[in-house]
Amino acid sequence: MSNTYDPVEVTPLHADEVARAQADALAAIAAARDLDELKQVRLAHAGDRSPIALANREIGALPPQARSEAGKRIGGARKAIGQALSARQSELEAERDARVLVEETVDVTLPWDRGPRGARHPLTTLQERVADAFVAMGYEVAEGPELEGEWFNFDALNIAPDHPARSDHDTFFVESTASGKVLRTQTSPVQIRALLARDLPVYVISPGKVFRTDELDATHTPVFHQVEGLAVDKGLTMAHLKGTLDRFAEVMFGEGITTRFRPNYFPFTEPSAEMDLRCFVCRGASAVPGNPPCRTCKSEGWIEWGGCGMVNPRVLIACGVDPSVYSGFAFGMGIERTLMFRNNAEDMRDMVEGDIRFTLPFGMEV
Amino acid sequence: MKVPLSWLREYVDLPAVTAQEVADKLTSAGLKLEAIASYGHEIKNVVVGQVVVIEELSGFKKPIRHCLVEVGEAAPREIVCGATNFAEGDVVPVALPGAVLPGGFEIGSRKTYGRQSDGMICSEAELGIAESSPGILLLPQDTPLGTDVVELLGLRDEVLELEITPDCGYALSIRGVAREAAIAFGVPFRDPAAIEPPAAQGGAHPASIGDPTACDRFVLRSVTGFDPAAESPLWMRVRLARAGMRPVSLAVDVTNYVMLELGQPLHAFDRSRLSGEIVVRRARPGETLETLDHVTRKLHEEDILITDDTGPISMAGTMGGLHTEISDSSTDIVIEAAHFSATGIARESRRHDLVSEASKRFERGVDRELPLAASWRAVQLLVELGSGTADPGVTHAEVDVAPVRIVMPSGHPGGVAGVPYTRETVIRRLEQIGCVVAEGVVAEDAVSGDGQGVAATGVVSSGDLRDKLAVRGDDPLTVTPPSWRPDLTDPNDLAEEVIRLEGYEHLPSVLPAAPAGAGLTEEQRLRRRVGRALAYSGYVEVLCYPFIGVRDLDNLQLPTQDARRRATRLVNPLSEDEPLMRTTLLPGLLKTLVRNVGRGFGDVALFETGLVYRPEPDAPATAPVLPVDRMPTAEELALIQTALPRQPVRVAVVLAGEFERSGWWGEGRQASWADAVEAARVVAREAGIELDVRADRHEPWHPGRCAALYAGDVLVGHAGELHPRVVEAYGLPPRTAAMELELSLLSPQGPVQAPAVSAYPVATQDVALIVPVTVTVAEVEAALREGAGELLESVRLFDVYTGEQVGEGHKSLAYSLRFRAPDRTLTVEETTAARDAAVALAGERTGAQLRGA
Repeated sequence: MSNTYDPVEVTPLHADEVARAQADALAAIAAARDLDELKQVRLAHAGDRSPIALANREIGALPPQARSEAGKRIGGARKAIGQALSARQSELEAERDARVLVEETVDVTLPWDRGPRGARHPLTTLQERVADAFVAMGYEVAEGPELEGEWFNFDALNIAPDHPARSDHDTFFVESTASGKVLRTQTSPVQIRALLARDLPVYVISPGKVFRTDELDATHTPVFHQVEGLAVDKGLTMAHLKGTLDRFAEVMFGEGITTRFRPNYFPFTEPSAEMDLRCFVCRGASAVPGNPPCRTCKSEGWIEWGGCGMVNPRVLIACGVDPSVYSGFAFGMGIERTLMFRNNAEDMRDMVEGDIRFTLPFGMEV
Repeated sequence: MKVPLSWLREYVDLPAVTAQEVADKLTSAGLKLEAIASYGHEIKNVVVGQVVVIEELSGFKKPIRHCLVEVGEAAPREIVCGATNFAEGDVVPVALPGAVLPGGFEIGSRKTYGRQSDGMICSEAELGIAESSPGILLLPQDTPLGTDVVELLGLRDEVLELEITPDCGYALSIRGVAREAAIAFGVPFRDPAAIEPPAAQGGAHPASIGDPTACDRFVLRSVTGFDPAAESPLWMRVRLARAGMRPVSLAVDVTNYVMLELGQPLHAFDRSRLSGEIVVRRARPGETLETLDHVTRKLHEEDILITDDTGPISMAGTMGGLHTEISDSSTDIVIEAAHFSATGIARESRRHDLVSEASKRFERGVDRELPLAASWRAVQLLVELGSGTADPGVTHAEVDVAPVRIVMPSGHPGGVAGVPYTRETVIRRLEQIGCVVAEGVVAEDAVSGDGQGVAATGVVSSGDLRDKLAVRGDDPLTVTPPSWRPDLTDPNDLAEEVIRLEGYEHLPSVLPAAPAGAGLTEEQRLRRRVGRALAYSGYVEVLCYPFIGVRDLDNLQLPTQDARRRATRLVNPLSEDEPLMRTTLLPGLLKTLVRNVGRGFGDVALFETGLVYRPEPDAPATAPVLPVDRMPTAEELALIQTALPRQPVRVAVVLAGEFERSGWWGEGRQASWADAVEAARVVAREAGIELDVRADRHEPWHPGRCAALYAGDVLVGHAGELHPRVVEAYGLPPRTAAMELELSLLSPQGPVQAPAVSAYPVATQDVALIVPVTVTVAEVEAALREGAGELLESVRLFDVYTGEQVGEGHKSLAYSLRFRAPDRTLTVEETTAARDAAVALAGERTGAQLRGA
């Protein structure tokens, strides 16, 4: 309550006075051009010293019978002024916001490549993808050394001492050709390690780096990657091997991929097979005489994906597994080749050289 | 193996199918098609003609003839020809106008050298028979004129090039491929080796086997009165060429032809050059032999030799000697057909780096029963084509070899395949490939020893191993593989034969139910996280070859006694410059960084995760090769393990240029030692470890900008800026930074312990401490943490200042300390007391003074 209450100074209780005060106020509100002006208007027409506020104070001084009518009249005016103020306030705020936000407009197409961009190598992520496919089937990921004992890399895998692969034309020997140590030429020695170390049954997948004395070119590299699979259990058959690889092919290349099993020879499997995939590019058409040739499958219609077979009982024996109780299957695929087929990588040198332009587009997945 | 289809059809009645269809069937049986080559299909309108008149034209730079050639038409044709090796009356192939020759070359009527020429007289090369030919092909006089030459010479043919796996020596012959084709098409097979040589009278030439482990059959036959001028007939030369062998002379061509057809390598000696008895034996110390290629070879004492009184005359199954070679005057020929040890020939061929068509076959296994038949076939051809006389005698030396017998339940192939085969199917398939199948277990009366011939290609089995390999079960069959299949030694070998002939394509596809696995190990998960974390931090992964050279170790400025200089050496490195296995990941990364910079990318951050190879100084030099007929013992396995180098997993980064790029927003930030150290922290954090960083001096880092990285008390790696000398040696951008740490030393810390989060307010106190510049931030922070006690929530360094205000040799470190209690709002007094305690301990430990105090 104001301390400067002076009922004598005002005569607001007359109806026309109240109406005029209301009209003045509404006009001023409408005329306010911005929020600052409106603030002044609010003070003048709705503030403590405004005619309406002063009139309101006079109500108490009126005779009781007049209070009700005056109260109604003044209350109505105050409400109207209040509503007008609030409406104008919203209007002006919206105008201001619109103006300010427009002023704050930036070019959102400006680049913001401040931080470095990284990526994982597709051969790494592809190995992980393969591992995940098999982990989902219940396999575990087994590992072994890259510089390996010859016994693990050859003898235990039924590769005879005179096998051509054991010459220094194919295999990197370490320290001397008689050291019994080589750079592993395949991921298959992990089979041996898994069978020696794990309890049966064994279902393992083993991606990793392998070495052969090839010169680097578009389709060969002396250091490459393979994924080895091994399952040893009671009652495993070639049908199980085929089912597993069919599933693997689907996971890697998508539903509808056509596969083929063809007899082949590997010392560590018997029977042995090659797993071929229907060529992705020509879908086999190039093998039909008269059709255009296909570079991807060399017009064979099929692409060799990897070798496989039933674990040779001699291998099981070398690992202390009784072949009359257990049987198993094993398979091995090249990761580089898989990347070539699956992701259209044309040249193995790109996978080796470490040019960031090759790797960056792969990001975190392949 | 290149197989002309016409040759194949001689021994198997193939139905009317295309070469592709034959190849598809063979591929399904395991003889994989590599390529099909087509011959003669494009040749048209080439007929037999007789030269009736030759007129030599003069006035040209080379001899030119104008000929009249009778081709069975109303009148002879006029043909201009540049060759001179024919005479009037000779019968020759003539391409008539409208003819097409190999390569789509069309022949027309034209005027040339001032005369009309209505065609072309052809050479072998022009008909696509040979690579090159000296002159016109002369045909036999009695050839009917006008006959189509393509039909006459059988020039139209397809050649299948097949990839033969090393177990299938038998398929390196027309005979072997024909057998497979006959089985595949279900048609009869006529065995070209089913030859009955006439009963011999006496020997051909004295010979004996001196070493029964080298050779178990040695056959000699001879031909006398051979005409050394006799030429190989065209059909034989065509076949040899199409099968990939160069025609040489009749005697050599015959031996090659028989080898291709039957699979038996043969060798021909000039009898007049032989001296005394021929003995098959191993080499003696110091012996040498000049071989056909005019190279004098020092023989190894394991080499298998054919010798006579004068010493070695031939390296068995590998290459003949020069002295006894058939020459253009040889009239008496001795043909050798033998069965040598497969491993013996394999070693000999490898030792001398001599791979021949003969050695390829012996290595893969040759039919032990072939020598008598094959040598007789060769003699027949020499007699027939070279007008010689067959010597009635044959020399036949042999060593007893027990046949291999395999006992297998009839259900075994089906058990391996996962699809049942009837007993009849199993027996029929085994018999198709030439096995003798007996029901039940046949007593091994005839079997002596281990049942393995010396020349078998399989691993020699001890009796114990054979027992372990035996498959027991109902309805046993006793199977005797044929002599041409030395690869069949185990029950699973027989199973494969049945399954492949029944068709791999008919195997069902059944996904087995593996038992539930445990997923990835903690280490495997960590490796993935580390890769992702570094990639998200801006590093690009590379996979470098793990080969380095001494030069790399020098470039890294490693001291002489540095453990990283103890590296494993390769015997046969790819490059003599890089014969060592890496002991650090940095050389590969640095070279890859330089490559990227060279390709125009100056701002590079790379990482690699991989093994390094760290030989132990006291490790044994050799890893034993253990037996394979049983499980090795733990002790035996340990002998291998200790001989191998330690192969820990490491992770390393290298970076140069701008790590944060400049742009419209302003200046960027150069990659620095700090990024390298932070990369280490990023890696360790993935293992749940906060690294302890200490200043260090360690090559290849800058001695003042090198951090040693500790997990607890364990040194796990280093990070920082590279030494300027390293930068120079590798040609790196200035201030290249690097980090390398041993991931194998960061064991994941197990489940993260969930913190209790206090909802009470934080109390912050800032302090500025002046310390000597030699004091590290890590030391100060450690003291603050310890001094502040349990109420401390975090310490953050927000400013480092050096300058006049703190005095020379000093720096000011400004820290923000945040305090919070789990159970109450802290009072000002409590936080101040904690702050004071922190400052006090820092002062005590490092000499830190509160700035402004």
